[in-house]
Amino acid sequence: MKQLLCFGAFALWVAMIAATPLLADNYTIRIAISVSMFSVMAVSWNFIGGFTGYPSFSTAAFFGIGCYAGAIAQRNGVPLVLAWMFATILVAVFAALLGAIILRLKGHYFAIGSIAIVELTRLITSSWGSLTGGGDGLNVPLLQGNPQEVAGLVLYVMLGILVLAFVTSVYVDRSRLGFGLKCISQNEDAANMVGVNTTAFKIVAYTLSAVFCGAVGAVYASWVGYIDPTDSFSILLTLKVPVMVLLGGAGTLLGPILGTGVFILLEEIFWANFLEWNRAILGGIIVFLIFFLPNGLLKIQYLQLYAAVSRKLSIGSSKSGAGS
Amino acid sequence: MDILQILLNGIVLGSLYACIAIGFSLVWGVLNIINMLHGSFIILGGYLTFFAWQYSGMNPVVILPIIAIILFGLGYGLQYFFINKVVMAPVLTTLTLTFGLDMILYNLMTVLFTATPRRVTLDLGTLSVGDLYLPIDRLLGMGLALLLTAILFLVMRASKIGRAIVAVRMDRQAATLMGIRVNHVYAITFGIGALMAGAAGAIFSMVFPITTNLTGTFLGKAFVICVIGGLGSVPGALIGGIALGMIESIAGYTIGPQNATTVGFVLMLILLVVRPTGIAGVKGYE
Repeated sequence: MKQLLCFGAFALWVAMIAATPLLADNYTIRIAISVSMFSVMAVSWNFIGGFTGYPSFSTAAFFGIGCYAGAIAQRNGVPLVLAWMFATILVAVFAALLGAIILRLKGHYFAIGSIAIVELTRLITSSWGSLTGGGDGLNVPLLQGNPQEVAGLVLYVMLGILVLAFVTSVYVDRSRLGFGLKCISQNEDAANMVGVNTTAFKIVAYTLSAVFCGAVGAVYASWVGYIDPTDSFSILLTLKVPVMVLLGGAGTLLGPILGTGVFILLEEIFWANFLEWNRAILGGIIVFLIFFLPNGLLKIQYLQLYAAVSRKLSIGSSKSGAGS
Repeated sequence: MDILQILLNGIVLGSLYACIAIGFSLVWGVLNIINMLHGSFIILGGYLTFFAWQYSGMNPVVILPIIAIILFGLGYGLQYFFINKVVMAPVLTTLTLTFGLDMILYNLMTVLFTATPRRVTLDLGTLSVGDLYLPIDRLLGMGLALLLTAILFLVMRASKIGRAIVAVRMDRQAATLMGIRVNHVYAITFGIGALMAGAAGAIFSMVFPITTNLTGTFLGKAFVICVIGGLGSVPGALIGGIALGMIESIAGYTIGPQNATTVGFVLMLILLVVRPTGIAGVKGYE
């Protein structure tokens, strides 16, 4: 029943996003694209950060490599869809190899290592001018068609990747793999003792957390038509994605999607109204989240909360009644 | 360029780096927190020094202790009122929280000060011995950085609060039982971290132009130095800092300055995997 509710909510949400090109203006479509894109990254991060409990901050590295791989392939004459697939596969291979190395680390060292990966990929992209255009960035061949059609196409591709990522996460959640990952999250040594192949499981989770990010990165590059190292490998992006998942509820299926939706909505409101202060406000949201919503929106006991609030209110009103 | 000159530049840069990383290493080692605010603390210290120097005309060496004390207060307050509440939480929580606080501080600085590069110009001339050249402001910066490092070493070794910090690092519960107020010690430790960052920023503003865009760069340096030198010890950070200074100086000369930072990060990743306790460090926290 609960599972059905979860799938229903997801299907409704996807349908709503998919309907935007038919109903809304370009601005809304742009938001819809960005919601789908970040949802993909949040669902991906959930594999390693939510299920496995490893504080990975390397999302931006996968996204950035996806951007650049797709762009460079297209500039060398590879057809669009093949270029996107090439980028996805490259990122998956990169993540698997990298994971074999840095997943030996735990806790703080893993966090630092994974942030360093983002810095390192950015620095290498900046200095490898002959391939990547260096700090000047890279122009990506534009998609065919008028802006409306392009936005629609990008939106449906992103949504397609989102559905794929979500189905994968449902599958992982129910499978032996997901069970093993949750064991690792609770106690890695114990999981190892009872026969979970922790190394292999972690590498699979890390690769899953990368592969969809690579795909959306390549699509994003085709959509915006211009990429540069600071934008593609942004530290802000790498921290925003975990925050979105935490906001919704880490380790749950629907949490990343809910969190992303709420976060992007808040972000749009603050961008529109407080341009100069948007970064501070986002910081404020993070601080609020850590203190007041440590388990995310999905894990709040709404009924208890409602009961507590209504009790408080009735006490308040009876007190004021006695006072008057 | 002469090899001696390269090494000399490396040592000067390295002592500044050590000063950057000591506070970060202390906070990580004692509180078990990766302090994403550290880069912004450094820039804040640098900017405050610049403005104090510009408006009052005092010598920045005199301003430095005042700035350091202001930063100590800021750090103490942040730890006491915010970070202490989640200090035992997993790294994801604490790192995200300090990053959120960093976004607020960064935004405040860009709005109040703008991101224009600024520098305290002292015009002290250049010292030359034989073929070696060394601007005196850099020499002064190096001297100040080493002095601060020595003072912190003495404080940790000889003072009551220093011993309390070490005790909390060794065993939090036993320290509580011995009557140490752990929350207070945590706040003081974080305050000292901010103080060292502010002082490092003040020194940097006398040597290089600083701007808010550098927060990430400084934070990255602190990561690398901590991993090279190991956590939570003053000598470790000093060794790590000077090692990184040398490595960057040599790498900048041999394979170009644009790749110097990359070499530092690659070295750090290798060290993380093969020897996560650092070259000089004791076994750290997980």
